[in-house]
Amino acid sequence: MQGVGPAICLGNDIDTDIIIAGRYLRTKDRSVWAEHAFEDLDPTLAGRLGGAVIVAGRNMGCGSSREQAVVALREAGVVGVVAPSFARIFFRNAVNVGLPVIEAPVSCTDGAHVAFDLDAGWVEVDGERHPARPLSEKMVAILRAGGLVPYWRSCR
Amino acid sequence: MSTLSERILGAPAGAYVDREVDIAFAHDGTGVLAREALREMGVERLPHPERLRLIFDHIVPANTGTTATLQAELRGYARSSGIALSDAGGGICHQVMSEGVVRPGMVVVGADSHTCTLGAFGAFATGMGATDTAAVWASGATWFRVPETIAVNLSGRLSCAAEPKDVALAYVAKLGMEGATYRALEFAGDGAAGLSMDGRLTLSNMAVETGAKAGIFYADAATVRYLAEYGLAASPQMPEDCRYERTVEIDLSDIVPLVAVPHRVDTVREAEEVAGTHLDQVFVGTCTNGRYEDLARFARIVRGRKVAVRTLVVPASRTVLTRAIATGVLADIVDAGCMVAPPGCGPCLGAHAGVLGEGEVCLSTANRNFRNRMGVGGEIYLSSVATAAVSALAGVIAVPEGV
Ligand code: SF4
Repeated sequence: MQGVGPAICLGNDIDTDIIIAGRYLRTKDRSVWAEHAFEDLDPTLAGRLGGAVIVAGRNMGCGSSREQAVVALREAGVVGVVAPSFARIFFRNAVNVGLPVIEAPVSCTDGAHVAFDLDAGWVEVDGERHPARPLSEKMVAILRAGGLVPYWRSCR
Repeated sequence: MSTLSERILGAPAGAYVDREVDIAFAHDGTGVLAREALREMGVERLPHPERLRLIFDHIVPANTGTTATLQAELRGYARSSGIALSDAGGGICHQVMSEGVVRPGMVVVGADSHTCTLGAFGAFATGMGATDTAAVWASGATWFRVPETIAVNLSGRLSCAAEPKDVALAYVAKLGMEGATYRALEFAGDGAAGLSMDGRLTLSNMAVETGAKAGIFYADAATVRYLAEYGLAASPQMPEDCRYERTVEIDLSDIVPLVAVPHRVDTVREAEEVAGTHLDQVFVGTCTNGRYEDLARFARIVRGRKVAVRTLVVPASRTVLTRAIATGVLADIVDAGCMVAPPGCGPCLGAHAGVLGEGEVCLSTANRNFRNRMGVGGEIYLSSVATAAVSALAGVIAVPEGV
């Protein structure tokens, strides 16, 4: 699993309420989540997510288990999320919807060129390479299938 | 020698295990997504519907036509697939599961982050996403990474102004919002044995605010007694001499009333330091502090007096509500000028029934005070029930003394 894109930098402890607010949860329309992602943090951010790599600080995705948070990012076209540490439900949810998550201690400047290779286990920011923490075999298989739903279908 | 998580999951910390799940539940919000995932997975028949639960609590009763329609579809699905449904008004999922469903030694997953609440029974209980939950419904099992464990050793006894919620805020402050990510917390020590089940549920509930996967108590005589009231048999679990990643010591007799200030749950001050803070609303309820003991404590303080600020009380379940009616606790609360809303999450997640306006300040007994959670531009302070009660009477944050 590889990906490239310009960096969008976020701070520490980004919670899932900030990624997608509770008031937008009552729908099955995924485009609504993508459209309103990060609305309370920066209303212009949703429009810039397509093709970008999110580089967050520590404890990315803490708080509520709402899967709408990772779906919002995937639907908005986020290529991957890099952070030195993730909240565990967010991390597992991301894998389950096929959104690459890369645990690595990188520093970030907006627009930096980010590239990652999950199989090889590295992430590069403006050419500087950092090792990424390896995923379990099961997680790699789910991610490679494109998420838990396609993984499930392929395993039956 | 194993930690309780290792014992229940049957493998040492760090191992990945596939494990049958005893109970898997979702609520009106996550249930809709789980249902969608099952449809996409092409799953028609669920192998163990008796292990599954759907609990309507997040937006009850429905606030808009869209919500009502989504809930109606899910209700229909529960009926056709044989999943037991606790409909609107039954209570918050974690509370409903704590009323004679979860037992010691079980593996419990819920499509809600506060599923860790049920660790209070000596079960391995953890929250997961909706798609993960759908896969559990479809197969009866899931994978876990067995967590390392941090012991939270409780000694001493609480003073009468402090309550389990203050202990929860204390350990969250001590560990920090990611201090226990991927870990299990194990609450142990003489102080743990002295806590009621309601108090233990409050402590386990907030484990996820430190990033923890689970927050576990060993089942003891109190657990067995509590479950017996629901007609369930259980036996105590004996701690073994095991290896903890580290131990955090908390002397309960040192605990004073605490408040988490906006917008982080690990930014905790003594209530004394923020006393006098203006309030627009007080909210008593949620899966942290909406249980009978909480309502009774609140009523004891406000009885015969009038609240000075908009105050909303939401019982965590119908069982709690019924008991509060029978004992007169509810009448005391209503007579004191509080609003009472139907059992459920109330405004906790900022979707309905008591959300805050721009710049409004709320003192809440909930577990999260993230920016904008209860309404855009609102500020949330978190406290114990006693602090909420004396503050409701004062109209500003106040400190309970020997209540
Ligand atoms: S009461 Fe609040 S924290 Fe608890 S389950 Fe409901 S929304 Fe979540």
